[in-house]
Amino acid sequence: MTVGPQHFLILSAVLFTLGVAGVLWRRGAIRLLMSIELMLNAGNLAFITFARQFDQAEGQVYVFFIITLAAAEAAVGLAIVIAFFRLRDSSDVDELNLLKW
Amino acid sequence: MAYTVAFWILATLCIGSAVVVVLGRNAVVCGLALAFNLVTVAGFFLLLNARFMAFVQVMVYAGGIMVLILFVLMLFNIQDEEKARMPRFFQRYLGFLVTAGLMVLLFAALRNPEVASFPDRSSEFGTVAALGTELFTKFFYPFEAISVLLLVAMVGAVLLAKKRL
Repeated sequence: MTVGPQHFLILSAVLFTLGVAGVLWRRGAIRLLMSIELMLNAGNLAFITFARQFDQAEGQVYVFFIITLAAAEAAVGLAIVIAFFRLRDSSDVDELNLLKW
Repeated sequence: MAYTVAFWILATLCIGSAVVVVLGRNAVVCGLALAFNLVTVAGFFLLLNARFMAFVQVMVYAGGIMVLILFVLMLFNIQDEEKARMPRFFQRYLGFLVTAGLMVLLFAALRNPEVASFPDRSSEFGTVAALGTELFTKFFYPFEAISVLLLVAMVGAVLLAKKRL
């Protein structure tokens, strides 16, 4: 049985679902960030699979952009986590309720 | 044959480390598992002939982003507290339902493959030259925009992480 696009796509789906599960189950802020990275990564894998299947470079360019976006997201997200940790001495996202009166 | 074996070994490692990221107890262990996961995904990129993207993945993702996350984890000693570790009652069941539903949906969408195997690739595919041509002609303005985005993110991160908010 040869490994085709379907295998890569199903693997990407499994990775994405695991990322969703992490976001839904976990309450630690950093764990949520890690799960988001997992989901972005699953998307990247699907993009590269389609780029390979249709033999075009566009899919890879999109992955390039997504990786850059992920870097920006991680930097800002971690800065927010640090500020939040200083304020509340906790990383539980349920404690992030300053805007909720 | 070697291709198939490499795929299944990488797939096992990849899903195993992703499960550790989601279910692991210690946040540092989860961070290391995620770094490992990103490296295995770079392995898949290599299997898909996207050589340059595999190197970018290892350098930027596993080398840059993950080191940043691990630095924050270790410097600030942020751990999930005992009560944060356990999901709430409704969160557990709702999360399980949503996850299972998404899994079923994605598998239903991917059940029937339209193509069983990859077509032959052009010799250009995945090279830095092909990617660079694409990036600096068709995607020139997005490329410039994303550099501005990185600058904004950098300034924002420095501002947010300052001692006095």
